[in-house]
Amino acid sequence: MANRIARAGGALVLVSALALSACSSGASTDGGTDAAGACAPSDGPVTLNFTTWLPGMEDAVAIWNEKNPDIQVEVQTGPNGNGGTYKNFFNQIEAGNAPDLGQIEYDALPNFRVQDGVVNIADCAGVMDAQDQFIDWTWSQVTFGEEDAVYAVPQDTGPEALFYRADLFEQAGIAIPTTWDEYAEAAKAIRAEGGYITNFSQSDINAFAGLVWQADGQWFENDGEAWNVTLDSPESTKVAEYWQGLLDDDLVATLPPWTDEWNNGYNSGEVWSWVSAVWGANTITSGAPDTAGNWAVAPMPQWEAGGSAAGNWGGSSTAVLNGSEHPYEAAQFALWLNTDPEALSSMNKTANIYPATKTGGDLPAFSEGLDFYGGQNIYDVFAEAGSQVNPDFTWGPTMTQTYTDVADGFSAAISGSGTLMDALKSGQQKTIDAMKAAAIAVNE
Amino acid sequence: MGAPTTSAAKRTSAAKPASATKRVRGPRESLFSRAGAMLVMAICTFYFLVPIWWLFVAATKDRSDFTSSAPLWFADFNLIENIAALANYRDGLFFQWMLNSVLYAGAGAAIATLFATMTGYALAKYAFRGRETIFNIILGGVLVPATALALPLFLVFSQVGATNTFWSVFLPSLVSPFGVYLARIYASSSVPDELVEAARIDGSGEVRTFFTVSTRLMMPAMVTIFLFQFVTIWNNFFLPLIMLRDEELFPVTLGLYIWNSQVSQIPEIRALVIIGALLSIIPLIIAFLGLQRFWRSGLGTGAIK
Repeated sequence: MANRIARAGGALVLVSALALSACSSGASTDGGTDAAGACAPSDGPVTLNFTTWLPGMEDAVAIWNEKNPDIQVEVQTGPNGNGGTYKNFFNQIEAGNAPDLGQIEYDALPNFRVQDGVVNIADCAGVMDAQDQFIDWTWSQVTFGEEDAVYAVPQDTGPEALFYRADLFEQAGIAIPTTWDEYAEAAKAIRAEGGYITNFSQSDINAFAGLVWQADGQWFENDGEAWNVTLDSPESTKVAEYWQGLLDDDLVATLPPWTDEWNNGYNSGEVWSWVSAVWGANTITSGAPDTAGNWAVAPMPQWEAGGSAAGNWGGSSTAVLNGSEHPYEAAQFALWLNTDPEALSSMNKTANIYPATKTGGDLPAFSEGLDFYGGQNIYDVFAEAGSQVNPDFTWGPTMTQTYTDVADGFSAAISGSGTLMDALKSGQQKTIDAMKAAAIAVNE
Repeated sequence: MGAPTTSAAKRTSAAKPASATKRVRGPRESLFSRAGAMLVMAICTFYFLVPIWWLFVAATKDRSDFTSSAPLWFADFNLIENIAALANYRDGLFFQWMLNSVLYAGAGAAIATLFATMTGYALAKYAFRGRETIFNIILGGVLVPATALALPLFLVFSQVGATNTFWSVFLPSLVSPFGVYLARIYASSSVPDELVEAARIDGSGEVRTFFTVSTRLMMPAMVTIFLFQFVTIWNNFFLPLIMLRDEELFPVTLGLYIWNSQVSQIPEIRALVIIGALLSIIPLIIAFLGLQRFWRSGLGTGAIK
């Protein structure tokens, strides 16, 4: 299985060059639907295609199809975005047979925007009015701060908090850290007990970005003319130096994330805490079943005592893809899917989606205490965190490549050659090179 | 040291039965080189079997044992429960995928074998203008990796509006340049021209000769081509990834890959991916064990000629 996936990965890399060249030429062709005034309802019944990788999306769509006989939606499935679906979208846009709607994560959306892959649906009825329903920072993720522009409807978010083993902290008499300084102190105390406070992931660069996000850092800025790349900004460097310090002192585990080893680290009590997003709750429940009832959730440690800033890890949107003949109907469906309580409940049930709407945290599923977390209603913490995420964080247009480059550097740092700061610096340079190669304007 | 002598004798007699009277003695191998060879083979066997062993063991565990127990040995035996869970998940979608894979790979390989055998036979047995050019072009096709063709194929199928259909994956797997190459080599060495001549004199048409006489002689090569093509289509991942969006059409490789990519959404799926991966290799094992006899004799025949 792993072998097969590795081979597939190789294949992806192989053709990525092809795909890239295909995309860049795609951007210059017909340009697709102009948003201005073009968003009018179609005559007669319409069938929309919607490609997603959320398991069980059919259930939510069935509710819509029941209520809207004239706008039927068909669900199509792909692997997760970076696993092939984004490449497919670009190929399909180039070939002129893209689905009407596609799921796109926030960090990939700028890439689609830059390559004209998504339709501006701001003129479609109801879209601009929906702004107030969504958590502020998610709205700026889909508008890029442009006037009269909306490139997708926010779907879910991943506000971050601190998952920790309440029983172990209590037995060892260690206070739950509220600042990063206290976290480092606790790390030493836990190391003395034979455990690790957490695991530092060498490959989840978007998790690291979430920490930079919390520290008020920026990796990308677009001044309307060109991009600034600031992977090595002071805030970013501060976060990297902090974790490099923990790594140097052997205070954090370095298990490869999302593996059995990693699950076992948590299941066996070797690793005590994890700063992760709301969906991480399910990861722990599933990966560390023997520790049921012993976990709890607290707000993320802060850089300044008494602060209240949260990071975010993950989240996606529903976009209307370039070439859709029915942007109006597609926009209506996207709005419904991501605001209707029934739809949100369905997606939460089948795929553990945490909605991007301000009232999303009010869903029945989020109002109960969870036995796995000692009866705590952990979603209160995440709802609070969602409102504390800095709204002005921008993703770059070449995130897949940036992730790969920085992850290479992080792996090297963990195996002892170089540091996290080196990885950010080289990631910075490679990102600038990649953007230039893709003819994207960039300031140096 | 009796054993090496007898086995050396056996080997010579097996390879050259005609000259049994004048026995040629192979060089005596030293214990050292024999042990070395065995060691290398043992390491290779170990290397290839451990992942399958791991897969089998992992597929028998429940979720809690999976993370906590030793990876290469059994905990509670839950194989049946796991298969039942797989069958229940999304109305047994997995078995639809298995069926699709069997159809893509089985029917695809059968037709590809027929095409390749016919082409190879024609290239070997008929002299016509441009024969070598055609053969060289086909031979060039062997060098082009299938993944490099996937994207152009996608654009072609998009033009005719046939992406996301059964045919978009099935049709491209009907061609096997390597099969043509193999069939030509084999036909020229194992189908005597005299036999074809004799059939013609007896009044048999070319098509009838091919199906009644030549295919019998070429059977070992055909089995080999079938097996190669079956495995190639079964493992083909990239073409379905690009072409298909409707999960009812997925082959099992793509389906499992997509499930595996959903693990971050629903970690429980991981167990299903593992049990699915175990089940997905069974048809390959059956194909190999069932056809191995023909395949071996085929390669052997080729080697002697």
